[in-house]
Amino acid sequence: MSTTASTTGLNRLDQTGATARRLPGTLRLGLVRGGVELLQFVRERDSMIFGFAYPIVMLAIFATVFGDDDPIVANGVTVSFAQYFLPGMVATGIMLSTYQTLAMSIAVERDDGTLKRLRATPLPATSYFLGKVFLSLVTVLVQTALLLAVAALLFDVPLPDDAGHWATFAWVFVLGTATGAVCGVAYSSVPRSGRSASAVVVTPILVLQFTSGVFFPVGQLPGWMLDLSSLFPLKWIAQGMRSVFLPDSFAAAEPSGAWQHGATAAVLATWLLVALVVGTRTFRWRRHDDG
Amino acid sequence: MQTSGSPAVQVRGLRKRYGNARTGFKDAVAGLDLDVSTGEIVAVLGPNGAGKTTTVEILEGFRDRDDGDVVVLGEDPRDAGRAWRARIGVVMQDSRDLSELTVAEKVRAAAASYPDPRDPAEVIAAVGLTEKARARTRGLSGGQRRRLDVALGIVGRPELLFLDEPTTGFDPQARRSFWDLVTGLRDDGTTILLTTHYLDEAAQLADRVVVVRDGVVVAEGTPDALGGPGARTPVVAWDDDGVRRVERTDRPTAVVARLIAAAGPDGEVPGLSVSRPTLEDVYLSLIGEAPINDEERGAA
Repeated sequence: MSTTASTTGLNRLDQTGATARRLPGTLRLGLVRGGVELLQFVRERDSMIFGFAYPIVMLAIFATVFGDDDPIVANGVTVSFAQYFLPGMVATGIMLSTYQTLAMSIAVERDDGTLKRLRATPLPATSYFLGKVFLSLVTVLVQTALLLAVAALLFDVPLPDDAGHWATFAWVFVLGTATGAVCGVAYSSVPRSGRSASAVVVTPILVLQFTSGVFFPVGQLPGWMLDLSSLFPLKWIAQGMRSVFLPDSFAAAEPSGAWQHGATAAVLATWLLVALVVGTRTFRWRRHDDG
Repeated sequence: MQTSGSPAVQVRGLRKRYGNARTGFKDAVAGLDLDVSTGEIVAVLGPNGAGKTTTVEILEGFRDRDDGDVVVLGEDPRDAGRAWRARIGVVMQDSRDLSELTVAEKVRAAAASYPDPRDPAEVIAAVGLTEKARARTRGLSGGQRRRLDVALGIVGRPELLFLDEPTTGFDPQARRSFWDLVTGLRDDGTTILLTTHYLDEAAQLADRVVVVRDGVVVAEGTPDALGGPGARTPVVAWDDDGVRRVERTDRPTAVVARLIAAAGPDGEVPGLSVSRPTLEDVYLSLIGEAPINDEERGAA
């Protein structure tokens, strides 16, 4: 590379060098983007703190309001309210940190022109998404760890002590996170502007939290409501997490009478694949009103 | 000018239509031809809505076209890939970046995408942001943010740089130093396609000026020769009994002498001025908002 001094103080254009060098790899650029996303996330401190606090605060409210005076009983086994709601909070935390965060941040970045600017560079789209998914993974891990720690230490929720339950936790967690992230990317094209993003993105997930057995015991929900919610991932992530954190006898309290691990995997995998196909076909770098 | 002859940009018969069957169609670009040689700075001038940005965005690969042939750095932008995008630099019009990253972090992250980037610190110095290198992007002023856009546009060492109204919102001093930066890039061998509203900017920077109106090129040439030889004919103007008279002539001194001879006893010609049309005058007449209108031409 030549280093001829020039009026700008920049090195001279060296075309032989430029064509000889190879483009950086997609995975490496994904990590660079992941670093950018993480820095950005950590520096938006208010949003980070509220994001992490939400499921913890919800768990604390439910555990405190309902307390021990109204414990949940199934098949003669009793658990505290905190224990009963922990799986739902883990599930809702996963969906918020993946689907909601990604759909909103991509919609906003499309609106403010960040996406269009990235499109003008040799950054592959895949690297951009890898960066987003990396951030989702990190936040979900931190959030879930905090939630489990608070539940165990402050609310005396017993955590599973055998490998089998943690293996179930691992696959539901990974599949749920991947599905939520891909759904977020796909859904990011729905809001027409960055301003409308929060309403358009938050409303469906808020409704699903109430109808998927996150805030109420599933047994209290009308059948048709649960059937409708069964079409969406949140109900299945919550059910999968209940199979991890509740005693095995609680399977009988499920409307179906079983944990349905096969159905959970099938529904989540279907959403993952469909959202992947739809998302890659409908993804737009530009705003609706931009030609 | 150090043109090597091979075209960086070649556009023939470009057409782009907006609208739908209900609201009716409008040709934003209506058969436009454009050539930019390697190493050249070409300025595209035109009123708002003339099709400048649409054209540039088609060349950058952001937009599809309805018709015409486009070759940019040897490839059709419509299906050009990453390797092609590594060879162009784009500074877009609107910049609403409210990032929490610092200037240095943004430039470094952008540099990572390119096979042979410039040194980020050098680029930041070149756009005059060294003092702001550790400042967060969202706290920058409009002019500083624009200079960051330019830094992000050139960090990949582009062969062809697109600048879309780059100095909008600059104070005169910032504009001067930006011009120095652009001529420096040209001296380093970068080809530059610039759109601008500022005629002085085009006159200062461009090797060639292209005027676009209603989606077609209406004139092109060096800033001195735009509009043809007649366009720069000097104009003598004076007041005759309260009526403004204008005469275009290659011999303005003779006209002034004649006016003096015809003047009253004090030899004073009211409101006398002799001027050579500026690039701005020529431009305004080309886009149909002439200060030298037909009636005045008729008087000449």
